[in-house]
Amino acid sequence: MSDTHNAPVIAADGTPLKARLARALFRRKLDAFLLVSPLLVFLLVFFLAPIGWFLSKGFHDDLFSTEMPNTSAVLADWDGTTEPTEAHYAALVTDLVETRKTRTIGKVATRVNRELSGSRSLFTSTARKAAKMEAPFKDALIKTKKDWGEIAVWQAMKAASRTFTIGYYANALDRRQLADGSVVAQPEERRIHVKLLIRTLEISFQVTLYCLLLGYPIAYLLATLPNRTSNLLMILVLLPFWTSILVRTTAWIAMLQSQGVLNDVFVFLGVTPDEARFSLIYNKLGTLIAMTHILLPFMVLPLYSVMKGIPPSYVRAAKSLGATNWTAFWRVYAPQTVPGIGAGAILVFIVAIGYYITPALVGGQDGQMISNFIDFHMRRSLNWNLAAALGTVLLLVVLTLYWVYDRVVGIDNMKLG
Amino acid sequence: MSGLPSYAGFGERVWYYTFRAICAVIFLFLITPILVVIPLSFNVEPYFSFTPGMLSLKAEAFSTRWYLDILQNGMANPDATTGWWADAWNNSQWVRSMRNSFYIGVLSTLVSTALGTLAAVGLSRSEMPYKNAIMATLISPMIVPLVITAAGSFYAFSQFNLAYTYTGLILAHAVLGIPFVIITVTATLVGFDQSLVRAAQSMGASPVRTFFKVQMPLILPGVISGALFAFITSFDEVVVVIQMAAAEQRTIPRQMFSGIREQISPTILAVATVLVVISIALLATLELLRRRSERLRGLSAS
Repeated sequence: MSDTHNAPVIAADGTPLKARLARALFRRKLDAFLLVSPLLVFLLVFFLAPIGWFLSKGFHDDLFSTEMPNTSAVLADWDGTTEPTEAHYAALVTDLVETRKTRTIGKVATRVNRELSGSRSLFTSTARKAAKMEAPFKDALIKTKKDWGEIAVWQAMKAASRTFTIGYYANALDRRQLADGSVVAQPEERRIHVKLLIRTLEISFQVTLYCLLLGYPIAYLLATLPNRTSNLLMILVLLPFWTSILVRTTAWIAMLQSQGVLNDVFVFLGVTPDEARFSLIYNKLGTLIAMTHILLPFMVLPLYSVMKGIPPSYVRAAKSLGATNWTAFWRVYAPQTVPGIGAGAILVFIVAIGYYITPALVGGQDGQMISNFIDFHMRRSLNWNLAAALGTVLLLVVLTLYWVYDRVVGIDNMKLG
Repeated sequence: MSGLPSYAGFGERVWYYTFRAICAVIFLFLITPILVVIPLSFNVEPYFSFTPGMLSLKAEAFSTRWYLDILQNGMANPDATTGWWADAWNNSQWVRSMRNSFYIGVLSTLVSTALGTLAAVGLSRSEMPYKNAIMATLISPMIVPLVITAAGSFYAFSQFNLAYTYTGLILAHAVLGIPFVIITVTATLVGFDQSLVRAAQSMGASPVRTFFKVQMPLILPGVISGALFAFITSFDEVVVVIQMAAAEQRTIPRQMFSGIREQISPTILAVATVLVVISIALLATLELLRRRSERLRGLSAS
């Protein structure tokens, strides 16, 4: 009797049942995972890897070291303070001749120019004459342009020759790296990025606040009205949600511009004289209004679904126990809507912080956000490394919020419409 | 809140109507800009504002010229009597961008819906390992700022000659549509009765057959609404297109974007009106699907 108790339970084919069960469970896990794996691979190849690769440019820049290999080699041993020797100048001339031939001198000059502004023409003009230069190259170069004797030019080249650099991150945070590797603050007039980041956070915060102020009452109304009416009113929230952002931004231009609908109404009502119309757009105000309008449904929908689940009997119970309307709302109803506020606010903030289109179209000068700067460096100034560094800063903020969202709300609870 | 009790005091009455008035103003804020676009697009003058003629509802203040301009802008010979439609189809800027939008939208939706539905089925199995981490990864395209996605795709895709191609745009948009498919399909699967799958399998159906004959018909409303979300995401997306598309791959939003920046004309309002009509149609489709899904669930529960 005791034998059968201790012996492992055996499945029909003689193997222990425990092992069979473990195998079966493993199979089922594998099955589930195999269903997800095509999508994971797809995202890895076309989303995660491209972004990772791009962002790595924020600290990895091999342009100078690839195009100017000889100079980079001699600069690696240079201490950054002593006078450059003939060997340095010889290497530089060799590289200048080569980059001129391969037509990459422009890129190299732009790269060094980022370290020392105004040095671009020094490279392009000298490269044109470099092929005819003869030793000693130090004298030949200084004769062509006396700037070549300046130590700052060499320090800039040394900074550019670093393949792995923190220079772009320093720049993204309004600092710069000196030749000796130390990091100092940028001069006052060049500190723009931190201000921009603060403005971006500020605009996002204001938009979130306005969305909450406008979204809470209508979510409450929608959740408490009878279904038939609330479904009809819901269309007023969902139609904007489904309408193209471009359409809504265009609509706000028509509404807010100086000859627009709203100003016409103001003039008609006598709020303002015809010649002093309000400037409501192409500034920060325009960005705030249009973004609040565009993001409002993101606040209303989660709030609504939370409020819909709050039993009306709680408030009634509070009132029957003598609470005033305000106490019943503030002490009993409002605390139960906090999860909805959290979900909506984080969602709106996350979407707002990366906003690009609306600020670009209606933001004017002071309504621009960090995304607009990233885009500027991607498509106009072509400083992709700085774009990557700024992008990393933005992404870190967003991912932190995403993590908070997962903690507070849970990603599985995300709902649409 | 609904309905004012007969015993309500004066203060309550005032607050009741004030609150409704506040809500009405907020609803107005939501819907007015979208509705204002529609009459403005029939303006006979090339302005973005109501003319005195429009306000006094004079017939000559309205016209459909901007709708005609949608078709004619870019045409080789808009006054020709023969081959007019072929000309519009091939050369009109807006018609071409409309074709691009649908082409990129439909193909990217197919990719994201197929992969997304499969993954959602896997994710909703109880034995799925690392569920939360995987879910977070699959939703991330919705969270990562579009500028970063656009820059990353552009940078990586251009190394493989995929920038400035339709393939590149379709792949990038497919990525952006995935979170929406995942969210809607997993939400539908929450109400799905797993014993139906076991029943089918116990009767000898293969997993593939079970999926297509039992599971798919029941989650179809969720799949379609996920696909609609994915489509509208691609259809509305402009940041990636700005970065990755060549001139001949311009989509509608891209065309609108440069239209607003360069030559702002009521043609944009006409296009906007067309898009509003499209979104009303999509919204109606979704609502029908939602009702169907609720009906189906009601059936499977009883």
